[in-house]
Amino acid sequence: MSHLPEIGRRGLLLGLTALAATRYARLAVAAPPVAGEAADRRLVVVIQRGAMDGLAALAPYGDARYRALRGPLALPEPGQDDGLLDCGGFFGLAPQLRNFHRFFAEGSLLPVHAIAGPYRNRSHFEAQDMLESGAPERLSSGWLNRALEATPPVPRGQPERGLAVGYDLPLLLRGARRVGMWAPPRPVRPPPELYARMAELLHADPLLGDAVRDGLRGRGFAADALMGEPPAQGGFVSLAASAGTLLAAPNGPRVAALEIGGWDTHANQNYALSRVLKQLDDGMAALCGQLGPAWAQTAILIMTEFGRTARANGTQGTDHGTGGVAFLMGGAVQGGTVLADWPGLSDGQLFEKRDLAPTRDLRAIAKGLLRDHLGLPQATIAAAFPGADGVAAENGLIRPA
Amino acid sequence: MAGSRTAWRRKLLCRPADSACYLRLLPKTPFHESGCARLAGMEMNPWQAVIRFGLGSRPDQALPADPLAWLDAQLQGPDPAPPVPAGWPAAPAVPDGYRVLNRSERVTRRPGQRHPVDLHFEAEVIAAQAVRIDTGVPYRERLVEFWANHFTVARRAGYGAAVAIGPFLREAIRPHVNGRFADMLQAVATHPAMLSYLDQSSSVGPGSRLGRRSGKGLNENLAREILELHTVSPAAGYTQADVTEFARLLTGWGNERWKEPLGVVFRSERHEPGAKTVMGRRFEEGPQATAEALRFLAGHPATGHRLATKLVRHFVADDPPPGAVARIEGVLRDSGGDLQAVAAALPRLPQAWDPPLGKLRSPLDYATAALRACGAQGIALGMFAWASAVRMNQSVWDARQPNGWPDQAASWLGPEPMMQRLDWCYDVAGRFARLEPMAVLDTALGPLAREETRQAIRRAGSPRDALALLFASPEFQRR
Repeated sequence: MSHLPEIGRRGLLLGLTALAATRYARLAVAAPPVAGEAADRRLVVVIQRGAMDGLAALAPYGDARYRALRGPLALPEPGQDDGLLDCGGFFGLAPQLRNFHRFFAEGSLLPVHAIAGPYRNRSHFEAQDMLESGAPERLSSGWLNRALEATPPVPRGQPERGLAVGYDLPLLLRGARRVGMWAPPRPVRPPPELYARMAELLHADPLLGDAVRDGLRGRGFAADALMGEPPAQGGFVSLAASAGTLLAAPNGPRVAALEIGGWDTHANQNYALSRVLKQLDDGMAALCGQLGPAWAQTAILIMTEFGRTARANGTQGTDHGTGGVAFLMGGAVQGGTVLADWPGLSDGQLFEKRDLAPTRDLRAIAKGLLRDHLGLPQATIAAAFPGADGVAAENGLIRPA
Repeated sequence: MAGSRTAWRRKLLCRPADSACYLRLLPKTPFHESGCARLAGMEMNPWQAVIRFGLGSRPDQALPADPLAWLDAQLQGPDPAPPVPAGWPAAPAVPDGYRVLNRSERVTRRPGQRHPVDLHFEAEVIAAQAVRIDTGVPYRERLVEFWANHFTVARRAGYGAAVAIGPFLREAIRPHVNGRFADMLQAVATHPAMLSYLDQSSSVGPGSRLGRRSGKGLNENLAREILELHTVSPAAGYTQADVTEFARLLTGWGNERWKEPLGVVFRSERHEPGAKTVMGRRFEEGPQATAEALRFLAGHPATGHRLATKLVRHFVADDPPPGAVARIEGVLRDSGGDLQAVAAALPRLPQAWDPPLGKLRSPLDYATAALRACGAQGIALGMFAWASAVRMNQSVWDARQPNGWPDQAASWLGPEPMMQRLDWCYDVAGRFARLEPMAVLDTALGPLAREETRQAIRRAGSPRDALALLFASPEFQRR
């Protein structure tokens, strides 16, 4: 290469010199120091946007009122064609969740039923904001970001501990602590020296500077970790697979968030759900596969903003409800049972006579994970979930080491 | 044209470096101390007007000598340019879209052949993008975009919705951007696109003739989103009972896709009998209750506050200044929801000009502005504008949720979206690499360009790199 681009002083300060080394150079990522056991714990949060129907994903087929209440949405009992996949004689997973069922049998899936956050107004957008804020009101940062603030800073040049997988940075991971982002490449990228010049133009900008820095760093890291992977297509399954690859890397991120939409099933629910449940199931299997041995150190929280109405609406769908289901998954999870204080399905037992009544607070589950899986101190957990002092961390979610 | 631009530059170059204008972005420095030219006590340079309220300047369009008069003139009269998709002698209406869909269901496609509805949707989107790239009334197009996002409908709801979105824009949004909010709400809420998108067409009153016979029931999706997103918002304190009552009130509205006349229909056999009470207001049985309820909601003070906040957030600042919101809220109230009066009031807010370039351009507007600066022809680049928005994660007429695309940069700006922008810069620059980059910069930014950016462009190794740097610059990314 005859002409080495001139990387300015700021480029040097940004650690972008690696760009200039060769025409084809990727951003360099230095090897971090060897980390301890706790630092190798992985936490993944999957946000299901649109409100998953918990009574469909994990049906209480053992409840005498299930079939009458659900009408056209009720699924055949376990053992029948396209029947539920049994989880202990009372609950059954939707038939698309085959891998979930396998994890359940292996003891690495813990479904939590009749669960909800503190929010009761049935608005997707407010509920999602609060689900991610971890507070009874919308904050500008997410609980997972605030939880990360307690972890030691990552040395310059290394990937951040937190990682958002996808093209958007969810509120869950926004906040003071920097996080990385990764999304599958789209065609046509500028040569590295042009990236460096762009970074020079943008680095001092109060709004854009950090994003450019982190974006470049994220690309460099991802390029290393994903070398040799087939190109991802951007669907949930490939995003989940990429998340697994990135988290498995010895020096990679340790906390990741990704999202999957398509849960707002107001009409023709059985058909609409079958597709998105299959994606979720395939995605989690791919994540598990890519994690390899790191699966044993992984806990995954799959959560949605609220449940849906217990009865079908007029259009074979369900409207916005309250209590629903969350899933904990991973080799580190103490699973194989369903965690639920079952409220029942009679009119008097339903919340406002229409929704599954919540008997467990989602924040208790998240707090339990932060405490027992990531080993975070009490003060950090309190800061992650402000206004939730009365909500005690759930015990027994994580396998004893 | 060139004359007026040079004159403006001379006036604005009263300070030695162009960078001074940009530095005023930083909150501490008061803009008015710069000594730059003023109009009516406010700093209004034409580039800023074109960037903040328009879609960026074009080399073949003169800069406005009087920004306020230029903006006001765009609010006059009927829709000047409703987009017409290629292959249609006149803009298709809902029945035309339904016929495309119905025909497609009778025809077997060869393997690899695209679905006629996808092709039709594509033609609609391209036509709409072409108008935005070419338009001489960009403020009006921005208002169309704003209201279409406020009343989001999306193709992801299926083909029945997809074929109705082009007509939705032409029939329910565009004619009303300088009309009354209540009329727009009425047109939107009973438009086939919205009725499909939010499932209203399948909602049945449980006590209606059809409901009693079939056991079918309510779908409360549209009722909830009208309250939550389109009008009063949860701040008004409505309850689940209000949502259910409103859903009962709306029963009957649906779409006729098969039997002529095609389009919106009120089916009384689905309409829930009896009076309904929504937010303390009683409405009698029948289709006229929908118009009454929508008028009531349109005029509710909480609606005014919500609309004012969203408008100021879109046109002024991500964190809307309370004074500006109060002002717009007042105009909405005093004018009885006259959107022309509101659109005229927005550029008259001092906060709309100071500081300049305070907001990030949304992905689609960013792409459109770059194409306009390059003098692109809309029909040739409409598809590319659409693809650009998809790449930057905010597709056209396909928002993920009924609340539309977010209007605060923090909601979508992150490391990866930023990288997608930079990659896109390089891509688009490759398409216009024969242009003179410094001329494109003068068209796009004039005195708002920083010296640093000019220098980067001068030093760039190729026109393509230079253009990519221009589009990547912080000042071009803003409005």
